[in-house]
Amino acid sequence: MARRMPPVDVVLVGFGWTASIIAQELTDAGVQVLALERGAWRDTVPDFATDHIQDELRYAVRKQIFESPERETLTFRNDASQTALPMRHLGSFLPAAGVGGAGVHWNGQCWRFLPQDFVIRTHTEQRYGKGFIPEGMNLQDWGVTYEELEPHYDRFEYLCGVSGQAGNVGGQLVAGGNPFEGARQRGYPLPPLERSASTVLFDKAAREVGFKPFPCPAANASRPYRNPLGVQMGQCTYCGYCEWFGCGNYSKASPQTTILPVLLQKDNFHFKTHCAVTRVNTDHTGKRATGVTYVDVEGNEIEQPAQMVVLCAFAQHNVHLLLVSKIGQPYDPVSNTGVVGRNYAYQITSSAEVFQKERLNPFMGAGALGQAIDEFNGDNFDHGPQGFIGGGYVALWNTGGRPILQHYLPENAPKWGAGWKKAMHENYLTACSVVTHGSVMSYRSSYLDLDPTWRDVYGNPLLRLTFDFQPNELKMSGFLTDKAAQIGRAIPGATVHEKKRQGPYSIVPYQTTHNTGGAVMGNDPKTSVVNRYLQSWDVPNLWVMGACAFPQNAGYNPTGTVGALTFWSAAAMKRYLKNPGPLVTA
Amino acid sequence: MTPAFHRHLPRLVSFNGQERQIVRHDPARRDFLRLVGVAVPASMVLCACGGRDTGAHGQANAFFAPEEMDFIRAATGRLIPKDALGPGADEAGVPEFLDLQLAGPYGRAERWYMKGPWPRGSNSQGYQLRYTPAQIYRQAIAGIDKHCQAHYRQPFAKLKADQQDEVLHALEDGNVKLGDLHSKTFLDLLWQNTQEGFLADPAYGGNRDFAGWKLIGFPGPRYNYVREIGQYGKPYQQPFVSLIGRAPTAAMAHAAGAA
Repeated sequence: MARRMPPVDVVLVGFGWTASIIAQELTDAGVQVLALERGAWRDTVPDFATDHIQDELRYAVRKQIFESPERETLTFRNDASQTALPMRHLGSFLPAAGVGGAGVHWNGQCWRFLPQDFVIRTHTEQRYGKGFIPEGMNLQDWGVTYEELEPHYDRFEYLCGVSGQAGNVGGQLVAGGNPFEGARQRGYPLPPLERSASTVLFDKAAREVGFKPFPCPAANASRPYRNPLGVQMGQCTYCGYCEWFGCGNYSKASPQTTILPVLLQKDNFHFKTHCAVTRVNTDHTGKRATGVTYVDVEGNEIEQPAQMVVLCAFAQHNVHLLLVSKIGQPYDPVSNTGVVGRNYAYQITSSAEVFQKERLNPFMGAGALGQAIDEFNGDNFDHGPQGFIGGGYVALWNTGGRPILQHYLPENAPKWGAGWKKAMHENYLTACSVVTHGSVMSYRSSYLDLDPTWRDVYGNPLLRLTFDFQPNELKMSGFLTDKAAQIGRAIPGATVHEKKRQGPYSIVPYQTTHNTGGAVMGNDPKTSVVNRYLQSWDVPNLWVMGACAFPQNAGYNPTGTVGALTFWSAAAMKRYLKNPGPLVTA
Repeated sequence: MTPAFHRHLPRLVSFNGQERQIVRHDPARRDFLRLVGVAVPASMVLCACGGRDTGAHGQANAFFAPEEMDFIRAATGRLIPKDALGPGADEAGVPEFLDLQLAGPYGRAERWYMKGPWPRGSNSQGYQLRYTPAQIYRQAIAGIDKHCQAHYRQPFAKLKADQQDEVLHALEDGNVKLGDLHSKTFLDLLWQNTQEGFLADPAYGGNRDFAGWKLIGFPGPRYNYVREIGQYGKPYQQPFVSLIGRAPTAAMAHAAGAA
């Protein structure tokens, strides 16, 4: 029998980016909020101090800053004809455990999606016709528009102290910024980061080819910054340890560096660590959440009653919790009915590695220090002749030059031996990589459900992921990679190794932690788990945050959009608290 | 630089059995152990009193038996050989690095999901063996030496360099029988771990005297490049540095010497 705790107004599952924002907003609205985090407490001091965080082996290679698959993982297969097998150690994507979530170990690449991305079905049908959408692609509009999200993007960017160059303020194009971006109400809070040698090379080459490169938006502070909550951030020192590390310098935006110093002083906020939520509980009608059950650090099962439950865990973990709690109809890929687990998507990445003679000192970098072009993202170009949907940016990120994982060798370099050594000696300081970052659409064949065989440490079935890259994505990514190689070849004296992404999708090599879908938002309860405010259609006092709400994935890093959606949802929750009930009638 | 930069590692006083327990409160020593991430086995404590297993560098082995260490020195020495460009894996302490890694949580696969059943999968489904890295090394080294005895009448470590390369290529091509372990799986793991030892912070026992970082020109974990990042094309001039200072190898020898 689970021990029962005193009830709270709002319980949050997880304590990363989305939970921190929701907690800050709802405690301001005067309610009692409790966050339950499965991992440990972590903060800049002592956990990310520079006398030990700059340790590639411990954090990036041995992965000690991420979740531990030993406790809970997922099973994976490319298609439904295979038996899914456990992901026994991390590879393709790297979710977090611990306070701050993946907001601790991200790079800080903080983008907005394009206005067309939110209405992609309508837009595609209007421009290219219904027949342009491939069979089996579950393309759908988000139920929210860019214009509605704009103020919330703005809040997230000012919370984080994003460094960048606006390209479109109030409909007026601004030189030097991204000319394709949606209109923003004002510029970024901070000017762009300094450029590194390799981003200067990319910038020149992209201009020569005829593109319009711009500095990537960076949640790495280019100057000292005090955010609207009064939290002070420090100027980035370009130490080159952002992604897969915590920031020791208060420069990379994370819950710890932007919200927690204010949130943790509030009497109506509490959090508990090492508490893994295993169920969302509902009453006999199944239409009302009564709270959650969690397992604490000593293995005790504890019930936490609450008036309102918000799922703030990583995308696939939120979906897992819905499935094991039997909330919402699970997706059935055969009949294409049901919603929970539907429309899992990802991103597709590739690169063109560039070998040239100029010394680049790659170790001087920052997680979101980059130059990009956006000519081939979203529907910024005519897809008609190409015959695929989607796109992505082409960029040169100078995130760092960590020796084990961040070195590039020519195609013909020996894999080991004296030849490998010579190639390392000759290329480490001068090689760089032009990358592509492409969208992945949602398909009937890509989904999440519960595994019949393997279980986690709490006795729950593991989540089962069925996913592969489809022809549409491989074609799009090949097109983008050619553009990357074209820019690479415009770098003086360059030899380019074009590395197109090949199918099948593999769970082994790291690609990106931009997993999306499974609890998507929308205006139709037959094809979405939550309404346009991220409120559950089935259980109105249950809300689901994060990238699991994306109906399909766009060609940008998702955190900016996750942040904007969270502020958008928080505003709706404040209306809900005054008058509880569904905010949208199905 | 960082506080750790100025620290000198003190002489190790004693360990308490299998635990990572420090008898004397000593922050620098604790940092060293935390970095190395190894639960020090009882054998290391015995070695402190002149016990078994003294390797070529006068240090105790935490994981490898002497004949296994002979294999590791020879094999990593071919994967990254000593040449005109500088030290190879053996001179850079990669065998000692591997020894500590395999004796620790990595060797035990402590963070991996290791529940059966264990069906074979497709390549895209990734690692599906029930073995920990430590078990893979143990099984593979025994199998490779058996293979070498059968084909060359010598263990791997006694073969000529070109014969050793021949065996490494055969492993890479999946052509050496190692029971239910595919030989390419082992070669890939050995190569990955060898690069780690050569290029990781010297605090972990490899990359001795910054051998790996000097080869490529990585100056170590530095905190601030605000002044230098815009100086395009200029060499970075500051001395090499580790998380445990500018002379990490001396510090490591000092610490390990007590064990």
